[in-house]
Amino acid sequence: MRILVTGAGKVGWNLTRELLEKGHDVTLVEVSRERYLVVEQELERRVVYGDASELWVLERAGIAEAEIVIAVTGDDEDNLLICQVARDKYGVERIVARCNNPRNRQHFELLNIKPYVSATDLILRLIEHEVPRYGLIHLLDLPGQGLEIIEMELGEGSPVLGKRIGELEIPEGSLLISVLRDGRGFVPNAETELREGDQVLAVLDPALEPDLTRYLGATGSGQ
Amino acid sequence: MRLGPGAPRLTTANYDRAVFAVIVGLGRVGASLALRLLEEGQEVSCVDEDPDALARLEAGLGRDWVAAGGSFTVGHGLELDSLLAAGIERADVFVAATNGDNTNIVIAQIAMLRFEVPTVVARVLDPRRAEWYESQGLHTISPTRSAIDLLEAEVRAGQARAREGGT
Repeated sequence: MRILVTGAGKVGWNLTRELLEKGHDVTLVEVSRERYLVVEQELERRVVYGDASELWVLERAGIAEAEIVIAVTGDDEDNLLICQVARDKYGVERIVARCNNPRNRQHFELLNIKPYVSATDLILRLIEHEVPRYGLIHLLDLPGQGLEIIEMELGEGSPVLGKRIGELEIPEGSLLISVLRDGRGFVPNAETELREGDQVLAVLDPALEPDLTRYLGATGSGQ
Repeated sequence: MRLGPGAPRLTTANYDRAVFAVIVGLGRVGASLALRLLEEGQEVSCVDEDPDALARLEAGLGRDWVAAGGSFTVGHGLELDSLLAAGIERADVFVAATNGDNTNIVIAQIAMLRFEVPTVVARVLDPRRAEWYESQGLHTISPTRSAIDLLEAEVRAGQARAREGGT
């Protein structure tokens, strides 16, 4: 597919590289001369120097033939307008925009620039993703690594209250990585004594989730 | 309403009441326009992300901007809170005059589509985009285009004089 990417930051550069590896015909546009020269060493004629807000730069980069325009600069106004012009002036069928500041989401909606991608929103969604099954919160799933990070609260019935972490016999393959107590977080050591109301973050193999929550008598938190 | 050099000056006498204008961006253009309107007795509310922009206004006015009846909000035109604080919901005229074309085009569309301000105008230096957005229904003023037209007229006049002198 003929794809035009604007903005050779980390996102734009890596995206271009991946798309090229998949066999697409990609052109990348970068406004900073310095950055352009760096990226050009790898991408050569695939990268075009210029301000993608300017119509002649887009035209030189081949927007008229592009099937997809992906605007991933660090500037939301630029991304909005590059996509607007691509769609409404050059008839590009598909547009994808990056939304850097989540507060600008409403502007992407207003101008109907969709889909837009916000890294901040994606991470927020992961954190807020609630799984009430065991009374714990999944903070991060790393399926490729077979790991996840969960948060649990130690209620009054927990059998581990008053115990030092060094004494615990938590399931092999799990690790307590942080304790939140009285609004403060810290990394515990073997001497750390667990108290009622502690919120505990653990990294573990997802299969160990039931064992660990049972052992800690976790009641869940943030629900 | 045209705000170009040839436009008729606005006076309260032309209207039943003062015009309420929200101006975003207090560079030379925005600040001069704001002063001109306020001095004519219009209601003017300005937005700029630089708190010092008020000093530019007051230097031109020679007295306190707010005491003279003007409003000033520190904020970015993309922040709805700033626009609301500036009173965009009851604005008759919205002028996007920051030093960034892209910001102006986006906030002018917000004023037009979200707040339905009756008269919206955006300063767009890039003549081609000014022209295209104009064709899409967004009113733009391109100082670059104006300069090109004026300079071209001078060249034509010189050409005509040369021709007359030559014959």
